[in-house]
Order: sequence, then structure tokens, then C-alpha cells
Amino acid sequence: MQFTSVDFQRNVSKALNDPFLQQALQRGMHGFVGKRADAVSAVPEFEQLRDEARDIKNHTLTYLDYYLEKFEASVTRLGGHVHWASDAREARELVLEICRKAKAKTITKGKSMAGEEIDLNEALEAAGHEVVETDLGEYIIQLAKEPPSHIIAPAVHKTRDQVSDLFHEHHRALGFEQRLTEVPALVDEARQVLRRKFLSADVGITGANFLIAETGSNVIVTNEGNGDLTSTLPRVHVVTAGIEKVLPTLEDMTVLMRVLARSATGQEASTYTTVFSGPRRAGDRDGPEEYHVVLIDSGRTAILGGEFQDILRCIRCGACLNHCPVWGSVGGHAYGWCYSGPMGAVLTPLLKDLEAAKHLPNACTLNGRCEQNCPVRIPLPALLRKLRHRQYEARLTSAMTRYGLRLWTFLATRPALYRLAFAAVARSLRVLGGRRGALSRVPFAGGWTAGRDLPVPQGTTFQSQWRARNES
Amino acid sequence: MSENPNVALFVTCLVDLMRPGVGFASVQLLEQAGCRVTVPREQTCCGQPAFNNGDDDDARAIARRVIAAFEPFDHVVAPSGSCAGMLKKHYPELFAGEAGWEERAQAFAARCHELTSFLVDVMSFEPRAIEYKTTATYHDSCSGLRELGVKRQPRQLLDAVSGLQIVEMQDAEVCCGFGGTFCVKYPDISIKIVSDKVANIERTAAVTVLGGDLGCLLNIAGRLKRLKRNTKVMHVAEVLAGRGDSAPGIAEQE
Repeated sequence: MQFTSVDFQRNVSKALNDPFLQQALQRGMHGFVGKRADAVSAVPEFEQLRDEARDIKNHTLTYLDYYLEKFEASVTRLGGHVHWASDAREARELVLEICRKAKAKTITKGKSMAGEEIDLNEALEAAGHEVVETDLGEYIIQLAKEPPSHIIAPAVHKTRDQVSDLFHEHHRALGFEQRLTEVPALVDEARQVLRRKFLSADVGITGANFLIAETGSNVIVTNEGNGDLTSTLPRVHVVTAGIEKVLPTLEDMTVLMRVLARSATGQEASTYTTVFSGPRRAGDRDGPEEYHVVLIDSGRTAILGGEFQDILRCIRCGACLNHCPVWGSVGGHAYGWCYSGPMGAVLTPLLKDLEAAKHLPNACTLNGRCEQNCPVRIPLPALLRKLRHRQYEARLTSAMTRYGLRLWTFLATRPALYRLAFAAVARSLRVLGGRRGALSRVPFAGGWTAGRDLPVPQGTTFQSQWRARNES
Repeated sequence: MSENPNVALFVTCLVDLMRPGVGFASVQLLEQAGCRVTVPREQTCCGQPAFNNGDDDDARAIARRVIAAFEPFDHVVAPSGSCAGMLKKHYPELFAGEAGWEERAQAFAARCHELTSFLVDVMSFEPRAIEYKTTATYHDSCSGLRELGVKRQPRQLLDAVSGLQIVEMQDAEVCCGFGGTFCVKYPDISIKIVSDKVANIERTAAVTVLGGDLGCLLNIAGRLKRLKRNTKVMHVAEVLAGRGDSAPGIAEQE
């Protein structure tokens, strides 16, 4: 996808002025929040599970090299292949090479954020392959030629009406004449279209929710079963995953599983949870002949061991997006890359570009609701603040903010001057708008007064009133 | 510790400038609760604007002065969850690893409190003979709620105000869009978020909005005023000090 984080401000105004998007956000977001709350309240030990999940991820990250090599050995033992990609380009080339060798015509894809991260679809299509996304949400946005706007609900920004139009436009040529409007009918039509693709695909590409070092397995959870069909029907199965996805054992995975679905959709468990271990063995009735795992670094080892390591615990549940008032206002596309919301605002500057993505860590009120709902307790506000510090140190903070802060500090460290300045400001604001109680326009405060009045001070400052009372 | 602790009021820059009544209400409540209250003259700002914008050096420069000015007291109380959160949670982070200051910041943080939680949890205070006949809804400010666990305390105190009925709004715990400098750096998003907040407030049909942080209250009141609404916006301390009827609301004509 096009990387547009640098245009964050423009993306925001577009999003705020898009009535379809606003309608979709309004409808979509409350559902997730309420369902998570219900699911979590039904598990008395949920807070302990979050601690355990955090500890398992921390342990794994501490010994990541060990567990990755163990994973590779396990996959190899099963007859599969592990490929190491240091960046997005290498990852794309590795996948392209596998597809080329398999003489792939049609490629089905399960939902994979790693795939989005490395712009895999574009590369595969450019090489002449037909690529079909099989997750319903991903399929919808593939038809719309849009990137995902949410890591678990990629088409959450689309209204049902827009989906009706898309299906009608694209499915007509396949013999579906009628424009459908009801959700079950739309799903059924997509299922019929996709079923043909599943059966004809040569290569299936999926992501991984977890990779298991002990068994060499990749685990995916879906609600549509599309991941299973993508993995088992084609001759070749390719898994694309970030290196932080590995866990030591299946036992560890069960802890993460208990927090994942509840945090994501409020389900106790996703409808399908599948553990894939290597290619088809002699006597197996189905499964791929070839099994490949492409492990993607692409900036992760640079995060490892540093002050941002906590973000590598992320299990891509989307809870921080669902609980973020900024995400809820502008949706995911405004962030300008595949990861959005609080986790995206941390990852994008680190994995892509601190300067180009400089708005993302700042466009946050630090309200902390993301951290409160994170299943692996990532201190997202603290990480965003650290990114702001890094920007400040790198002089990426705007000159106006920097000078403003210097001036503020100058005053705040000189109490007598500070009191005089405050008294003067209070007096001026009262002169300007005392009668009405508020001002609708104030010099240098256009940001505030764009949609709000500025309340007028109640009198002279507290400190001067206090002195007057206590010294008389 | 004595029954009449020495308490320093950290008035906060916004209260100092915009709403001195909140400062006087805080002093009154603390005295009623049995505290000996001082307002240290050397106070200015807690340093949060610098800290939240990544300017840690300036934040530390301000924090050192705050610690020095307020250290001599048994407790430091602020009528704001945001500023109290800065003193209590973030000062120790700011000085982590800095010999001498780290311990000092930690010892200082342990004595800092948000006003309503101090009144309830430390002083076991109950307002007496306070009346305010109205229906009100309460906005939980994010820092107080999530950094300091302030939720039950203001409601418990308001329960003792006769005639006051609290109607909870949907998403009371969701941010109002203020976010310090966020509201002027990203005004479009901020205004969208505060518009959602105001819509939730209006759905309760409450006559008054209360909260414990002036930043949020200025934001909410400013939006209500722009929409020409009459909903009254006040700090919880003002109501608890018996000024619910006498003081005009924030952004209201005097």
C-alpha cells in the first residue's frame, strides 16, 4: 500500500468529512467495545491471564534467537522450509520465488498483516499471478482496491451499501446478476465466488497468529474457515510472519489464545483455530505438498533490546484501535500505513520512518484506554511519549512547539514572572470577553476556537486573590 | 501522622488562571476535612506540557522546583487527576536512574494526591449540609481514572450532596478530546471527540456536567457554549464546597 503517514493531517480532514466512513465507524466500534467487556467480565482470572501472556511474550523476546532457531529446526524436521527475510524486499522476493517455482497461476490468501506490511499482493500481481484474498473483509477491500483500515476488521470502514455496490459491479461478470442487499445473501455470494478460487489455487499464503518453536507449527485463528482452505487445498502453503510471532510451546499458546479472541472480538475463541505442522505426510488425506515459512525481520531486531521492545509483544488483536477515541474518529486509513491506532502509531515510526510518520505519536490524547485494554499489557501511552522524546531529540518537533515549550519553561521556572504573566493574561481575556463568559475568537488560539469557545477567566488569578486575602 | 496534616495545595496552572473558585473550594474542603492548608507561593506548572511533548529536560527543570517547593509538607493535593498523575506517576519516571533525585521523586510521589481521592481515601471526609438541587452527569477524566484510580471517590462525595441526582452518561470513561496540547495541535480530531462527548452528555438530559479536571471541563464547556447550550459545567470541588448554585458555570455569563 501507499505509505501516506506524512499526509496525516490531510488524511484526517478527508476522514472527518467522509459521511460513509463516519457512519461505518459509528456503527462498527461500539460493538467491539461492549463485546470485549462482556467476554472479559465472564473470566474472573482475566487480569492474571494478561500478566501471564505478557510474561510469556517477554520471555520469548528475551531468548528470541534461541526460539527462532528451534522453530526452524522443528519445521525442517517436518519436511518444511524456513526462509529468513531481513526486509520487505527480501520477503517479497522469497515468496515470489516460491510461487514462480510452483508455476502458480492462482494464489489464494488468508488475512496476513505481515503480507500487508511487505506489499505482497502488489508484487505478486505485478509478476502475473492472480491473487485472491479469501477473508471476507480482505476480499471486499481487494475489490475496492483499498488497504485495510483495521487489523482484524479490514473493511470496517465500508457500509453495507458500499459492499452491495462492489459485489454487484465485480460479480456480474461471474453470472451473479442481482444486486444483493442483505448480509447473509452477500456472504453467500462471496462464498460461491471464493469456493471456485479455493479449488483452483496453486499456492495458498497465510499469516500466522503464532509460530510454535517446539513443534514447528503455525497457528491461525479465523471466523470464516478461509485460512484452513487456503492452507490445505493448494499444493504449496506459504506462511508470512514477523519474527516476534514465535512462542516456545503449544502450552504457551493456550494462554495467548485465551486473551486474543476475547480482546479482539469478544469471542471466547475464534470459530476456527488451526495448528498446521509441515507439509502433507504419507497417509495424510489432505494438506500441501510443500510448506514454507518466511520469517520477516524488517526492523524488528532493531527494536529488540531497546526502549520500545514492549511493542513486539503485540498479538494484533485490535483492542487498542477499538478503544482509541482518535481511531474511532478518523478510522485506520488516516494513519497512512497498514498498522493504525495506538499500536500503529508506535510501529509505523519504528518500522518505516520516524520523520515521515511524525504526526502519529503526537495525534494521541494519552488517555490510556489502549493500555487498559491491551491483552499483553503494552504500555502504549508511555511508548508514544518516548517516541515524542525521540522526535524532540532529533529536532523533528515543530519549531512552534519547541519555542512554545522553551518559553513556558522559562516562565514556569521563574515564579514571580509567571505570576505577573498569568495576571496579565487573565486581565486581557476578561477585557476581551468578560461579559459573555467566553470568547469565540482569540489571537494565537485558532486551534481551540475552531470549534469551541474559550471560557474567560473567573477573575484575577487564584494566586493574586489568595495573597490579597491572606495578607490583608 | 497527626490528625491535622499539613497539606500543600498544588493549585494547577489552569485553575490559577481560569477558575480560581476551584482553588478556594479546594482549600475550603481540605480545611473542613481537618487539614492545615498552605498554598506555596513558588508554584507554577507541573511540567506536563513539556513532558508530553518529549521535552524531558525542561520537564525535569520544572519538576525539580516543584519537588523542592512542596517537599516539606505531609501531603500535596491537586484538584486535577492529570497534574496529580504527573506528580505521582511521571516524576519518578522522569528521574529514573538519576542519583539523588530518583529517591527524592519517589518519596515525593508517595505524598501526592488528587483532591477527591485524598478527601475520601486519606481523610475519610464526608460533606455535610451541602445542597445542590439538580441532575448532573460526571465525566471521568482519563489521567485521574487510569493513572490514579479515581472513579468511586467523587461519586461517593457527591452522594452526600442533598438534592443532587447523578445520571451516568454513556462512555463516561472515554476521553473528551482535550489531551493538553493535543487539542490545539489536532483541533479537527479534538473537536470531533468533544462533539461525541457532548452528544453523550445531552442524551442524559442532565442540567449540569461535573468533572475533576479543569482541562476537560474547559473543553466541554467551550464546545457547549459554541453550540449555544445552557448545560452548566462545574468542577466537582465547587459543588462539594456548596457553590453549585452561587457560582456561574464555566464559560457562563457572570
